[in-house]
Amino acid sequence: MAQYPFIQVQAEDFDLSTEVAKLREGHKDIGAVVSFVGTVRDINEGDEVSILELEHYPGMTEKALENIRLEAHKRWHLESSKIIHRIGKMYPCEQIVLVAVSSRHRENAFHAAHFIMDYLKTNAPFWKKETLPDGSERWVDARISDKEAEKRWAE
Amino acid sequence: MLNVLYFASFREVLGQAEEQLAAEYQTVNELLEALAQRGETWQQALRDNQNLQIAVNHDVAQRETTIKAGDEIAFFPPVTGG
Repeated sequence: MAQYPFIQVQAEDFDLSTEVAKLREGHKDIGAVVSFVGTVRDINEGDEVSILELEHYPGMTEKALENIRLEAHKRWHLESSKIIHRIGKMYPCEQIVLVAVSSRHRENAFHAAHFIMDYLKTNAPFWKKETLPDGSERWVDARISDKEAEKRWAE
Repeated sequence: MLNVLYFASFREVLGQAEEQLAAEYQTVNELLEALAQRGETWQQALRDNQNLQIAVNHDVAQRETTIKAGDEIAFFPPVTGG
């Protein structure tokens, strides 16, 4: 059997139930599974958004995501974790990112999922480009609030 | 040789995604100074850009990071995934 992929960067959509089931497989001591699904909004900075396109840095992206995942395992007692991030063109309401974490206790799982998501926002090389209804395109600027969110986890 | 990559808005502004350069720079900063010689667009996007993000061989790097032949150096704006 192929090794379970803890990190996936892909154009295809994912199914939350399937992913959580796979994450729990073989782990009988799990008391908590926390999952977060990020979705594409149809509005940003007051403008309607028609298409969201995700670019990434192949090779570095996987390494960055794995580092973030391993850091979460260092900080909290987790049984398993999974990150899926989509790339390419997406439309409003589509799923863009999945973070799922399992642990014996919910507190660890909540914290770890939150941490992974905050770190991913500022440390994984993904860039968003929006297409507005008039066809114009613009790159999404990094938010100061994302950097602030990351800082809360500083030791 | 150095493999230099440009991502996202940098790729568009600079008009290229990748190039090979002679490995004649000791640090990222020296490479940036050389690229700045190409003109204002390069200066603004890279050397003078306080938000410039750098990676060397897939690891986050700084302007002071040393580089050598065979390295992959990437320049990009702050990330916006998730």
